[in-house]
Amino acid sequence: MLTTLIRVIKSGWFNFWRNKWLSTAAISIMSLTIFSITSLLLINVLVNSLTTNLEDKIDISVYFKLGTSENQILDIRNELVKLDQVRSVEYVSTKEALKLFKEKHKDNEVLMQSLGELDSNPLESSLSIKAQETSQYESIVGFFNQEDYLEIVDKINYLENKIVITRLASIVKVTRQVGSIVLLILIIMAILVAFNTIRLTIYSSRKEIKVMKLVGASNWFARGPFIVEGIIYGIIAALLALIFIYPLLWYFSPKITTYLPGTDLFYFFQTNLISLFLLQLAIGVALGSISSIIAIRRYLDV
Amino acid sequence: MIVFKKVSKIYPFDCQALVNINLLIKDGEFVSIAGRSGAGKSTLIRLLIKEELPTHGQIFWKDQDIGILKNKDMPLWRRQIGMVFQDFRLLPNKTAYENIAFAMEAGGRPNQDIIRDVPQLLKLVNLTERAEHFPNQLSGGEQQRIAIARALAHRPKVLVADEPTGNLDLLNTWEIIRLLMKINELGTVVILSTHDRDIINGLDKRVITLEKGKIIKDDPNGKYILF
Ligand SMILES: Nc1ncnc2c1ncn2[C@@H]1O[C@H](COP(=O)(O)OP(=O)(O)OP(=O)(O)O)[C@@H](O)[C@H]1O
Ligand SMILES: [Mg+2]
Repeated sequence: MLTTLIRVIKSGWFNFWRNKWLSTAAISIMSLTIFSITSLLLINVLVNSLTTNLEDKIDISVYFKLGTSENQILDIRNELVKLDQVRSVEYVSTKEALKLFKEKHKDNEVLMQSLGELDSNPLESSLSIKAQETSQYESIVGFFNQEDYLEIVDKINYLENKIVITRLASIVKVTRQVGSIVLLILIIMAILVAFNTIRLTIYSSRKEIKVMKLVGASNWFARGPFIVEGIIYGIIAALLALIFIYPLLWYFSPKITTYLPGTDLFYFFQTNLISLFLLQLAIGVALGSISSIIAIRRYLDV
Repeated sequence: MIVFKKVSKIYPFDCQALVNINLLIKDGEFVSIAGRSGAGKSTLIRLLIKEELPTHGQIFWKDQDIGILKNKDMPLWRRQIGMVFQDFRLLPNKTAYENIAFAMEAGGRPNQDIIRDVPQLLKLVNLTERAEHFPNQLSGGEQQRIAIARALAHRPKVLVADEPTGNLDLLNTWEIIRLLMKINELGTVVILSTHDRDIINGLDKRVITLEKGKIIKDDPNGKYILF
């Protein structure tokens, strides 16, 4: 058993060296495939972080009538936090609201002057709420439709922001959907190209496979070396893809960051280097071995 | 013991290569199959190693119908036959040495057997100094001799040689024929297909003559009758 395994591996290794040209072609295509798949995954990471950024900017504010006690509002806050749809709730008291207002309008002297003439703080306290997902704001707004709340809630800025929010929500959704479909299609195409390359490589050996069987080789003994060869392709292709991607990311990542702040692909790449390489290796080995097995099947029928 | 029972072979689009062949080859026999080009000699042999399936009829080896052999038993059957193909069919990516070793490796023979036997086989066919050459670096006759060495490698019970002397000069031809006879004397069935009149006349063994896919003569001490 062990001897057979060693023989198969040795034979696959020799095949690999002696078919230099075919091997080179197959490895190039496969490493291109692995390279594209990795790039697509990285782009997916980028799109995701972008949409998350975008979603993070969306929130709604619920303003409470003047005179609503802080305790009441904090109670409501506690209720909200319990809801599944709610990611975070931030309480802005009247004082904080005033402070923020002053900060924002400090250059507007007329406004400041008229504010100073008032005896009391005209600004309402509010809760600013972020949902888990953009589509959930509607139901959060619904939460305030309870009778107890109608009395104290002055207004919810959702209605003003509704169009923007729903539009953003649909953009986020469409981007993700289209992104994953395109990703899937491209990955399938890349895999098909690699598969066909290996199939051609094996097609050129179909007579050999037949002869091996005619001189008494079992199916596994005849096909083993080709599978080993496919696995070797996969390993080398994965290494090559990694070697290509590293300097490219090093160069391009800062440029992407200047356009899209908050994304750092190179950093992501470096922190996930090992798992990414293992993924590439897995893709390479799976692609190489499965393609060989499928491609060889029909020639074993002697 | 090999038996052909009412065997016919029709290749796609109506090419009748063999017609109703009945044949019995006993253990230890040396059988020559004679016949013109296209008579069906190679086809008969291809059916025996199950490279092709008969259109009608059955082929038996020791009461085993090889037509119903299971896939996993095929290698075992083929390892009992040593096959020399008319077109050699050496593995192009392997050296002469490795081609011979391959048959033994496929049969699961231990490494020390391979290291011991392959050089002997190379010596037997006079090609020791070509061991590391690839098939495309060998002449036709040299390839043929390597193919013979490979066929002998797993010590077959039946040696089937399809025109094994077609590419050899007179000296080498008789060398090979003597080799086949020696192997036969050691108890191996030898089936030799040829259209070389001198070989057949010189052998003085059983000759089966094919014409247009039919056995027209089966003579225990045959002479070449065509042409
Ligand atoms: N794969 C095939 N498909 C169709 N016809 C075939 C095939 N192989 C052989 N034939 C036909 O079958 C007939 C017998 O062929 P075969 O190869 O058995 O002849 P042969 O006696 O070995 O001839 P030679 O001495 O030239 O080798 C021929 O007419 C040939 O054209
Ligand atoms: Mg022939």
